[in-house]
Amino acid sequence: MRKFTLAAALLLALGTQAPAQEKLKVGYIYVGPIGDFGWSYQHNLGREAVVKALGDKVETTYLENVSEGPDAERSIEQLARSGHKLIFTTSFGFMDATVKVAKKYPNLFFEHATGYKREKNLATYSGRFYEGRYIQGVIAAKMSKSGVMGYIGSVPIPEVISGINATMLGAQTINPNIKVKIIWVGEWFNPGKEADAAKALIDQGADVIMQHTDSAAAVETAAKRGIPAFGQDSDMIKFGPKTQLTAIIDNWGPYYVDRTKLVLDGKWTSTDTWGGLKSKMVVMAPYTNMPADVKKLAEDTEAAIAAGTLHPFKCPVVAQDGKTVECKGGANLDDGQILGMNFYVKGVDDKVPGK
Amino acid sequence: MGLLEAIVLSVIAASTPLLLAASGELLVERAGVLNLGVEGMMIMGAACGFAGAYLTDSTLLGTLAGILAGMLMAAVFAALTLGLAVNQVATGLALTIFGLGLSGLIGAGFVGQKITPAPQLFIPVLTDLPVIGRILFGQDAFVYASIVLVAGIWWFLYATRPGLVLRATGDNHGSAHALGYPVLRLRALAVLFGGACAGLAGAYLSLAYTPFFIAGMTAGRGWIALALVVFASWRPGRLVAGAYLFGAVTILQLHAQGAGLGIPPQLMSSLPYLATIIVLVIISRVRGTAGSAAPASLGLAFVPDR
Repeated sequence: MRKFTLAAALLLALGTQAPAQEKLKVGYIYVGPIGDFGWSYQHNLGREAVVKALGDKVETTYLENVSEGPDAERSIEQLARSGHKLIFTTSFGFMDATVKVAKKYPNLFFEHATGYKREKNLATYSGRFYEGRYIQGVIAAKMSKSGVMGYIGSVPIPEVISGINATMLGAQTINPNIKVKIIWVGEWFNPGKEADAAKALIDQGADVIMQHTDSAAAVETAAKRGIPAFGQDSDMIKFGPKTQLTAIIDNWGPYYVDRTKLVLDGKWTSTDTWGGLKSKMVVMAPYTNMPADVKKLAEDTEAAIAAGTLHPFKCPVVAQDGKTVECKGGANLDDGQILGMNFYVKGVDDKVPGK
Repeated sequence: MGLLEAIVLSVIAASTPLLLAASGELLVERAGVLNLGVEGMMIMGAACGFAGAYLTDSTLLGTLAGILAGMLMAAVFAALTLGLAVNQVATGLALTIFGLGLSGLIGAGFVGQKITPAPQLFIPVLTDLPVIGRILFGQDAFVYASIVLVAGIWWFLYATRPGLVLRATGDNHGSAHALGYPVLRLRALAVLFGGACAGLAGAYLSLAYTPFFIAGMTAGRGWIALALVVFASWRPGRLVAGAYLFGAVTILQLHAQGAGLGIPPQLMSSLPYLATIIVLVIISRVRGTAGSAAPASLGLAFVPDR
């Protein structure tokens, strides 16, 4: 179904009018509404950062609520045809559509978030969200009295699975017997269902809630039940002022500004960027609603990961079946192993769906 | 609070928006009109309901705003399909797309705001009863409204003369017209009522279920409500059973995952829809003739001869 909001349509209409001067036109494709207060919201903040930094040289357009089906290709092409020279497509499911359009328009520059297919004019970028997950695991194990964490998953892709593993590895440094209950909602965005999943986890004894879905419903539900929780993608503190411990914030602004500058200077090349706490592509929201010693521990963990002295997937990593995972990255798993992760680490008492 | 009690409470909460929206659509379809715009009316109810509650700081006024928004959307549908005899399927789909977009625009300023959630009933002694106390006497007003609503529709359809006329209109608008009944006026009223119910269902989502507004937050519940009407073979009693079955499967699949039963979540998520298909097959087998449960004039435009 074509979900094309009025606001986006209006913006596109404005964006296609002939500019007075030759400004660089930059286009963005979002999978959700910019009002999701999560994934798409953060990408739009990144766009706003570009406008703020380079507003006199660029003109931006965005299309929100673009579904990851055939609609995506049409939407990307629409931006390409209407004079946009740099186009960001911001969801994993836009990968093949972006590759197709990029091949068709070799003189334009494309940037695809969280994917792995590159072309001469198509770069990829993503965040090392697992670094933040590890810190959340440490905090969760400290905060949990029952020793059971509740984890709401969207869809079982490697990014989500590596997040669960990083959380578990972080938590095990505090409590080796920590348990995690995982519920998959099968969608990125369904506030009602995310809330139901949070309720189910709490009812089954989880006393700290974390999610890898796109809305603030889980934080809101945890707040209602008086249980601590983590925000996701953006700072969700206003949905649970006494609930949110911290949140993993996707900070795309600096990257978007850099890449846009490169196009303006004619120096853009196709690259693969995977930024974490160090490059501040992943940022942690303030540590709140926790005792001072837990806060200190979280800050130390964050500093160690940012400095490179601590790697969430440092070897040996033991898989669920008890076998030690081959250590391809020297002291830790290499990026390929993390990007393609499809197994749970030891201690996760569940099965990867479909395996 | 025991696990069973918690599950039952979650099931009731998950079933209520479905029941509210579906009972309105049931009456609409009984009048012979197919309004596929339930999702659009519902999300408008969610957006305007939240906006109303935020601006007035009153759950009641917010709910009324949601109902009104649903009715306004329904009025557009009625003007097009009844006034101008435009194709109902196309208009309904357009109404859904329109509603999703417009609600995003209206709600944009309210995203991230907080309201006081709809209060839950509390009767000393009764609400404190073990197990059944919270379930029977501790719900919010929407839950009780949904039960009253569906009982009212049942009474109206089967125990009143206007209800009989409405059913006749849905089954054969030509005959109803020949007998002198105002087919279009009846249908317009039914469509407005359906819009009010969908708006109420939307308001429930943004005022009680997850008390905030986010664009697209209905997430397909309007479509499930439409499926439920078919599942219930256009009968209010079965509608209640169906809504609670859908709600139960949704919640139980989450609990099964949390308990680590090892059933693939993808399969569990598809169970409600699988159940719909199975029930449809059973109904048509038992009746011997497929599809005869539907009102005979459903979805057909009516243009009276002069």
